[in-house]
Amino acid sequence: MTDLRRDTRTRVMQPARMVGIVGYGAYLPRFRLPASEISRVWTEGQSSLPVQEKAVAGPDEDVVTMSIEAARNAIMRAGVDPQDIGAVWIGSESHPYAVKPTATIVAEAIGAVPHTQAADWQFACKGGTEAMQAAIAFVGSCMSDYACAIGMDTAQGRPGDALEYTAGSGGAAFLLGPADKSVAVVEGTYSFVTDTPDFWRRSNANYPQHGQRFTGEPAYFRHITSAAERLMDEMGTGPQDSDFAVFHQPNSKIPGRVGRYLGFTSAQLEVGLLAPEIGNVYAGSALVGLTAVLDSCDPGDRGLLVSFGSGAGSDAFQLRISDQPLDFPDVVPSTRDYLERRTTIDYSTYTRYLGKLALE
Amino acid sequence: MEISRHWRLQQQRYGLLGEKCNHCGEKLFPPRDVCPECTQDSQELYRFSGKGEVYSYSKVFDPPAGYEGTAPYTMALVKLEEGPLVTAQLTDVDNDIVEIGMLVEMVTRKLREDGNRGMLVYGYKFRPRLK
Repeated sequence: MTDLRRDTRTRVMQPARMVGIVGYGAYLPRFRLPASEISRVWTEGQSSLPVQEKAVAGPDEDVVTMSIEAARNAIMRAGVDPQDIGAVWIGSESHPYAVKPTATIVAEAIGAVPHTQAADWQFACKGGTEAMQAAIAFVGSCMSDYACAIGMDTAQGRPGDALEYTAGSGGAAFLLGPADKSVAVVEGTYSFVTDTPDFWRRSNANYPQHGQRFTGEPAYFRHITSAAERLMDEMGTGPQDSDFAVFHQPNSKIPGRVGRYLGFTSAQLEVGLLAPEIGNVYAGSALVGLTAVLDSCDPGDRGLLVSFGSGAGSDAFQLRISDQPLDFPDVVPSTRDYLERRTTIDYSTYTRYLGKLALE
Repeated sequence: MEISRHWRLQQQRYGLLGEKCNHCGEKLFPPRDVCPECTQDSQELYRFSGKGEVYSYSKVFDPPAGYEGTAPYTMALVKLEEGPLVTAQLTDVDNDIVEIGMLVEMVTRKLREDGNRGMLVYGYKFRPRLK
């Protein structure tokens, strides 16, 4: 293991050819379960509420269907022929099949088959950014001009557990391509990974286990701060150089805490902080926050994206928005459109939609 | 469940992939061997926009086996912008607000699942337009 205090090698990753985001698309289901409703059922309303409400997938939705819509949004924004997409990679911890790729179904639906890579990724909440890093390398090494990376989840929490208040559904798709066709160029990326048992779900277990307070300092905070600091240090940038920063969002407060520790202001964080309205959408959490930023950023803006996945690791990206005004056709729903399309449900409807009722 | 039948139909079901008649220009859905307008047999693949409007509808309270998970739901005849009329389930909509002429768009959703161990079947449904 490397002694981090003496490690002076360059660790930031940059592809041989510059790569950027040429299209992006969010997806959030329309149903919302207020955290107060979970508290009412399990604690007579006495528990503290980590989010206002969370997004809940409908009974005919899963990671496949939500990824298809997000990918279609990204492709429409980019105006790219799906047959030019050389990879469809989907990070999630709620793939509908244990064996049979989500990615082949999505690739078929968006019209990218058969001359394409397709695979599912799993790294708790950072499977999506892991796919994004691979897509950057894939395009950056000229193996393809375009690759689609998706982070999407229908997150599960054991009924009554602290995670149930936040475990939500949603995510985003990103089409990576050559920098000269991009709306946001990836200036550099860095990953910080250790074996940290903060959260896991064994095979065949319905719900994950977590290490209570152990999930905080040694897991979320250590990995995010280490990744962000190393990336900014090697890139010669600091919080003052950023117009926005998006961190993994397990609840409403923690992203603000880690952001302030790193030196970011609330103004830099607020646009991409969606957890209060949708909960923690796991592999889609930081990525859907980035779509909200891209919806409202200005030409030339610069910012940071840092994911976190239990187990544990963080992927950090420094992004620079194109100097040209973002001129997308107004046919794709914005992230705010999805946020405002909301129907509140009660706990009993939620248990039905998530299949928690045994019918046989 | 007929795996082969679902596999054969998946392209048209996932993304409304139909045909355009090379002779008279008619847009066809589902794809077929002979154009019903001009009776010629040469067509090319055509991906429909997915935009349309509700032509007629009916609420389903007693669904067939495999569709209980989303009941009660609305089945609709949707008139696509390109012409064809397709039968599909509506989703993301309260059944009470559906009306003839409602503008809708295609989404790909889970149609049914073959128990806990069988395959998942995906296909088109329609919802009120978001944009």
